[in-house]
Amino acid sequence: MPDLLIELFSEEIPARMQTRAGEDLKKLVTNGLVEAGLTYASAAAFTTPRRLTLTVDGLLDQSPTTREERKGPKADAPEKAIEGFLRGAGLTRDQVEERETPKGSVLFAVIEKPGRPASHIIAEVLEATIRQFPWPKSMRWGTGSLKWVRPLQSILCILTDEAGHNVVPLDVDGIVSGDTTEGHRFMAPGRFAVTGFDDYVAKLKRAHVVLDAAERAQAIWHDATNMAFASGLEVVEDKGLLSEVAGLVEWPVVLMGRIGDDFLELPPEVLQTSMKEHQKFFSVRNPKTGRIERFITVANRETADNGATILAGNEKVLSARLADAKFFWENDLRTVREVGLEGMAKLLADVTFHNKLGSQAERVARIEALARELASVVGAKPDLAAEAARVCKADLASEMVYEFPELQGTMGKYYARAAGHDDGVPEACEEHYSPLGPSDDVPTASVSVAVALADKLDTLTGFWAIDEKPTGSKDPFALRRAALGVIRLVLENDVRIPLGQWIFMRLAQTKVQNEFVRKKSSADEISKLVEQVDLELARQFRNSAFQQRYDEYVTGATLKESEVGAIDLLAFFHDRLKVYLRDQSIRHDIIDACIAMPQNDDLALLVNRATALSDTLKTDDGENLIQGFKRANNILTQAEEADGVEYSYGADAKFAETEEERALFAALDTAEAKIAPAMDAQDFASAMHAMATLRTPIDAFFDAVQINTDNQTIRRNRLNLLSRIRTLCLSVADLTKVEG
Amino acid sequence: MSTTSQAPRSFQEIILRLQTYWASKGCAVLQPYDMEVGAGTFHPATTLRSLGAQPWAAAYVQPSRRPTDGRYGENPNRLQHYYQYQVLIKPSPPDLQELYLGSLEAIGVDMALHDIRFVEDDWESPTLGAWGLGWEVWCDGMEVSQFTYFQQVGGHDCHPVSGELTYGLERLAMYILGIDHVMDMPFNDPQTPIPLTYGDIFKQTEEEYARWNFDVANTDVLLRQFEEAEAECEKILSQAHDDPKTGKRIVMAHPAYDQCIKASHIFNLLDARGVISVTERQAYIGRVRALAKQCADAFVMTRAGGWRPEDAA
Repeated sequence: MPDLLIELFSEEIPARMQTRAGEDLKKLVTNGLVEAGLTYASAAAFTTPRRLTLTVDGLLDQSPTTREERKGPKADAPEKAIEGFLRGAGLTRDQVEERETPKGSVLFAVIEKPGRPASHIIAEVLEATIRQFPWPKSMRWGTGSLKWVRPLQSILCILTDEAGHNVVPLDVDGIVSGDTTEGHRFMAPGRFAVTGFDDYVAKLKRAHVVLDAAERAQAIWHDATNMAFASGLEVVEDKGLLSEVAGLVEWPVVLMGRIGDDFLELPPEVLQTSMKEHQKFFSVRNPKTGRIERFITVANRETADNGATILAGNEKVLSARLADAKFFWENDLRTVREVGLEGMAKLLADVTFHNKLGSQAERVARIEALARELASVVGAKPDLAAEAARVCKADLASEMVYEFPELQGTMGKYYARAAGHDDGVPEACEEHYSPLGPSDDVPTASVSVAVALADKLDTLTGFWAIDEKPTGSKDPFALRRAALGVIRLVLENDVRIPLGQWIFMRLAQTKVQNEFVRKKSSADEISKLVEQVDLELARQFRNSAFQQRYDEYVTGATLKESEVGAIDLLAFFHDRLKVYLRDQSIRHDIIDACIAMPQNDDLALLVNRATALSDTLKTDDGENLIQGFKRANNILTQAEEADGVEYSYGADAKFAETEEERALFAALDTAEAKIAPAMDAQDFASAMHAMATLRTPIDAFFDAVQINTDNQTIRRNRLNLLSRIRTLCLSVADLTKVEG
Repeated sequence: MSTTSQAPRSFQEIILRLQTYWASKGCAVLQPYDMEVGAGTFHPATTLRSLGAQPWAAAYVQPSRRPTDGRYGENPNRLQHYYQYQVLIKPSPPDLQELYLGSLEAIGVDMALHDIRFVEDDWESPTLGAWGLGWEVWCDGMEVSQFTYFQQVGGHDCHPVSGELTYGLERLAMYILGIDHVMDMPFNDPQTPIPLTYGDIFKQTEEEYARWNFDVANTDVLLRQFEEAEAECEKILSQAHDDPKTGKRIVMAHPAYDQCIKASHIFNLLDARGVISVTERQAYIGRVRALAKQCADAFVMTRAGGWRPEDAA
């Protein structure tokens, strides 16, 4: 059982691609081997900046011989049929057997494929793997046509068993496989041969290469935290940076450096971002003050001066970087102190948000109007929400955010404070982008919630109005994320809004605005009209006086389009909600059953209903009730179709013949009395609990009672009774949509 | 590497050592292109010569201008006029990384003490319709060069692929010489009778150009010049390949490309004057790219671009 070792040695592979590349190498090679009949015991992949390595243990030394038997035509079949059979099997007439069967003498071909040596299969699989490797971006070099992430320099491919190791011969565009590799570029240049995986790992380590990225990351983190601890400090954890840095070095050497005193007063986020983005430094914090005071850098080598030159160089580069950051910080602070954040925001008039949706300033004006409206719903002061909305994007015009886009929002908070804003406004500047994903924190402060919702709803309705919706994997404006953001904001803050109506009004408004622009109204005219077509007026779109006034812009078609758009956007919200609830293990059919109910655009209400239904269906009563409901519904539907009438009224207990029938009447009376007020109070849990109590009487009823009796009065009465069950159950959720 | 044992003492010594080094590695040491360009890549010795199958190896200093980076000579690292050192070898040799590291040693970087890293950096020039893959080269955390394998230039796939090295000379030299402000850097040997710093030579010009670039340059004239360069480029390229006067086949790729370079620089000046909006920016870049592509199309129809008389048939 030989072991296989493969190393693809290249010029430096981008850190962000290494892990995936290791997995791809393992998957492609092992799949290829198994497909060719070469099974193995275990496999593992490793990566460094210059190599992808795969070790496969316990490989068969050749693929098994396979034997395939094919049944052909009868021995006395026409010549043509026999010829076709022989051709297909690749055999001659004397190579096939005749066997007696109950149907007479039949031809059988036995095709034997001999096993092939592992080395042949490996060479084929590895070459195919190299040629079709799924790098996110690959390139050619020199005169060749082979593509790799960066120039591929050598291929090590050996099979090792008790007898020793052998090179698997392979030639990919002139790169011939061998049993040698290289050590660290600077600390141990030159090639050396290896005999197997253990030997390879040991020799690499001697040549100053740690093969395993996890081992490198662990060493970096261990040394970094120790070094910081020794100075009474702590390293700011950053797993993404750690794995990136582990992909930039083969021989990690951790060094801790100082940040110039001049820069210690910069906001910690600025220090952290500048150090991470530009220099790939870890931030080192003083746990007592929370300030970032030092940095950790990871060099790729040891030096005779213990890294003194390297550290001095890094400190110098950092100083130049931070001098820039400080310059931006001070300029921005001066600006907001002089002209306020609103003054800074004025620059946004010249920044295009989207060529069909106007400038950032126009966008901010829309967000402001919306935030003011939403404020009352989420319990914020409308003026504060409007103030926050007005300045929430101002930092996009700051020098700092121009340099570090990832600091948007964060700088807004600092600059809002510096400009004298208060009462949750600075926090709203920072938080209104949140939540950015399924696990990001959701803002809870009311001003932040109002602006965050307004921002996202404006984005969604804006892009819907201009028909830029996500398709397939394409979502360039992150609209799915925005919709999920709205969903999480609404649910986690229990915000009760009729979303459909809101988005309809917004869509209509955006379309009207676009009409203004299209008809080339003067700037003054547009701003005056846009001001007037605010939400209050949008509510009255169907009011005739309004329509007369804006007839030129607000056509029936505009309204119709907006309605269609709103229905479509609401469906998009429902889709995102399904994805979100699926992660909370609420089934899609349960959500569908609730979406089919009225007020389905009140997402908080919708989710309450779905949660209650999901919980009910998890109980034994709930699960059986569904069966009972479906049975009732089926019988009733069939009867209604056959009779051409709707049984919807007038079940009378006096026609009840059996105990079970009377019990069901009584149970329905009790349940109805509980469900109606619970539904009025939107207490779905109580309503569904009451509904589930019907399970026993319904089951008993079906066991004891024959619906379709000859007595038409009794039959009708029973059908009307089933109708009561149906009506009652459907008042809670559309149970016909529930599966199972 | 006996020449490398001594640390260089001046900016010009670093340049001279690079020239000597790359000459010793077989590069034709060219002189700067005689037009205003934003980077060494614009020199036709890179842009045009990276096209076609003809082997090529050239190295040169290219004075480069980025009007928006002007800081009146006050910023320690930013200049509107600076020098790039550029190497282009086609096809890219298999040991290009080692050759590059050799050049660092030649200018006094002690490999045993410094931390040199190749960090992913995909290069793309929207104005040239060009892209390639490679790295920023870091020395102790500082970017000292860009290293790129050209994949496409002027919309043409590069076959074979050129390897391009670009050194930001001021920054690299400041690091090697241990200087904190570019204007303090010795330009010539500080031991000579007339020592000159970078500031002695360029402080005044940085001020003059910053003022002109930002506040004075006549934007109407520039806008007109842009249009003219664009029109001239297209006119040149619309001429028949056969010259009616001499009867020779003369495709005027280089004169046309000069107009493209001119348009590109004028665009940079307009940008510095702040008269180009965000949306217009893209449109201008697109126009320059269209010129660059047409020039590339023309160059591959010349002998230097790999055209052969038999191709005409």
